[in-house]
Amino acid sequence: MEASERRVISVIVVNEASVLSRITDLFSGRGYNITSLTVAPIPDSRYSRLTIVTSGSIRVIEQITKQLHKLIPVLRVYEHADLVEKEMALVKFPVTENITDISTLCEAYNGKIVNVGENVIIVMVADEPKRVDNFLQVIKRYNPKEIVRSGAVALER
Amino acid sequence: MQINGAQMVIEALIAEGVDTVFGYPGGAIMNVYDEIYKQNDFKHILTRHEQASVHAAEGYSKASGKVGVAMITSGPGFTNAVTGLADAYMDSIPLVVISGQVPMSLIGTDAFQEIDAVGISRSCTKHNYLVTDAKDLGRILKEAFHIASTGRPGPVHVDIPKDVTAQIAEFDYSLELNLETYKPHVKGNPRQIKKAMEAISKAKRPLFYLGGGIINADAAYEVRDLVHKTGIPAVETFMARGTLSHDDDLLISMLGMHGSYAANMAMSETDLVIGLGARFDDRVTGKLSEFAKNAGVIHVDIDPASISKLVNADYPIVGDVKNVVKEMLELSSEIKSEKYSSWRDTINQFDELHPLAYHEDTDRIKPQWVIERVGELLGDSANISTDVGQHQMWSAQFYPFTRPRQWISSGGLGTMGFGFPAAIGVKSACPEKISVNFTGDGSILMNCQELMTAVEQKLPVINIILNNNFLGMVRQWQTMFYDKRHSETDLSVQPDFVKLSEAFGGIGYRVKTKDEFDAALKDAVEKNIVAFIDVVVERMENVMPMVPSGGSLFNMMLLEKKEK
Repeated sequence: MEASERRVISVIVVNEASVLSRITDLFSGRGYNITSLTVAPIPDSRYSRLTIVTSGSIRVIEQITKQLHKLIPVLRVYEHADLVEKEMALVKFPVTENITDISTLCEAYNGKIVNVGENVIIVMVADEPKRVDNFLQVIKRYNPKEIVRSGAVALER
Repeated sequence: MQINGAQMVIEALIAEGVDTVFGYPGGAIMNVYDEIYKQNDFKHILTRHEQASVHAAEGYSKASGKVGVAMITSGPGFTNAVTGLADAYMDSIPLVVISGQVPMSLIGTDAFQEIDAVGISRSCTKHNYLVTDAKDLGRILKEAFHIASTGRPGPVHVDIPKDVTAQIAEFDYSLELNLETYKPHVKGNPRQIKKAMEAISKAKRPLFYLGGGIINADAAYEVRDLVHKTGIPAVETFMARGTLSHDDDLLISMLGMHGSYAANMAMSETDLVIGLGARFDDRVTGKLSEFAKNAGVIHVDIDPASISKLVNADYPIVGDVKNVVKEMLELSSEIKSEKYSSWRDTINQFDELHPLAYHEDTDRIKPQWVIERVGELLGDSANISTDVGQHQMWSAQFYPFTRPRQWISSGGLGTMGFGFPAAIGVKSACPEKISVNFTGDGSILMNCQELMTAVEQKLPVINIILNNNFLGMVRQWQTMFYDKRHSETDLSVQPDFVKLSEAFGGIGYRVKTKDEFDAALKDAVEKNIVAFIDVVVERMENVMPMVPSGGSLFNMMLLEKKEK
């Protein structure tokens, strides 16, 4: 069994109907794994950019990039080596928890409180996916009620 | 000019030079059929099942080298056609398949005969389109033909809602295509080609591994030149049959699961595999870790994803095999043919040790004999298509192919029912050649309704049924690997194939002796009408030699030597 590696792949696609399902069908049809996927239009262009976090052996990763590139609406596929990667998380806490502690923690992870309601506060952090993992580990003691992660976005350095 | 969507389809087909369309009408595609009725520029062949429409278009394309066109309706019309799309996708056959769809206003309402056609065809087409506005239709059809026929060829599916075929819009087919995301790499990297040629000149036991991409690229004659100029022996894949002529001294027959002993041994002993338009399919390589174990690999393929997918290529060359082989030819003067004479001798010894053969039987007809006999009697004058099973492998092994595009069979998907409709397409593309379909008693029933198409269209396909009252290939595996438990493969209860053919207006023969076979074939050729020649063959015959699934090529099960 070849070792499985985590990889971040960016795909530039023509911004047209059903292009996202072409990408995801390729992964499901060929048994590749998607850890996370983010997509948004590239400003002032007819393209969108997808950031896919995936894992597999070297051979599988090579096939993923080649097969993605075979899709007709795909303009470019980047398999990143040296990149800046960020992911966002939103977390909801009961307002009864220690807000000062939570706020301080958030700051350490490029985050802050974004909403304070009658019963809950919502915080956001934006950091490397691994650090987001850490943050979510640490804040467990403050009884988070709901957590949502964005999936990663990445740029080559 | 301002025309409606249906007229645009017709204009586009005419502009693309399409002379034959295979299809089956229905509610959602009726506007287009109404325009087909009004025109005389191309012929429409009404098959009796949508699956057959696509297979016929495949046969037409394989035999002619042109893009095959099939037209079908929405819902069940489309789902019937999916097998054909998948078959064409696996064998890289250029097709444009046009389907009707329910009107835009009804899409998503679970309307009558609605199905998410582009959703279904996405994984079995090179590309697909749902046309939502008639103003896009011309561009989309132009792109469809372009994408189908360039790069690694494949089927393209265009789904057109009924209201779009009625919608009037501006149409100009002379538009320039601007596909900035689709630019197939057709020219091989010259430096890589040079390196590959250096590797060849250094190799002691090089071997050409010829694949179906050569046929698709119309590169067979360039490949023949390269093989002869270098004197390097060659094996063909199942899909590449006919690249070299059967009587070529440098051809070592087919390799793989049912390849010859010599071909598989040559592949196991070579020190340099020169793969041209071949994709290292599992039916070819057997156990990957043992495949050409001590060899370097040159791999020429138009599809970058095929290179190093299964076997690591030391010299990857992405490009059209015709272009690359032409460049290789220019650099081939360094290679001295004499150098490989002992290697060729070794291979000849392999061939003498275990030639492709079978044991004759005086009482019963051996299926292999039928194929050899057709080869003797019809040879180059026939195009050969097949269904899927034992008869298919025997055809690939024993028919004396002389030219590319003579051999039409379902390789990648292995579609039973492919042969007869494909042969109809072949005959319509090449009326001057006799169209023979080798089939089995299992396969022929999967699209036997096409008797009606062949009779109506006067496309006299000769179907030779190698009838062993078995689903033969599965029976063979059951015999070998399932302790002879012949689960659901006994086809003892059969229709009367003679009457079946006659019921549709064709002709039928039931053949039990060799003389009867000769007479039947001669009669069928002379009468020039659709025929079923139902040949009673030895029931328990196996396709040999055989590499058991997942085994190594050099560990073949061989034909047992007969006691003298």
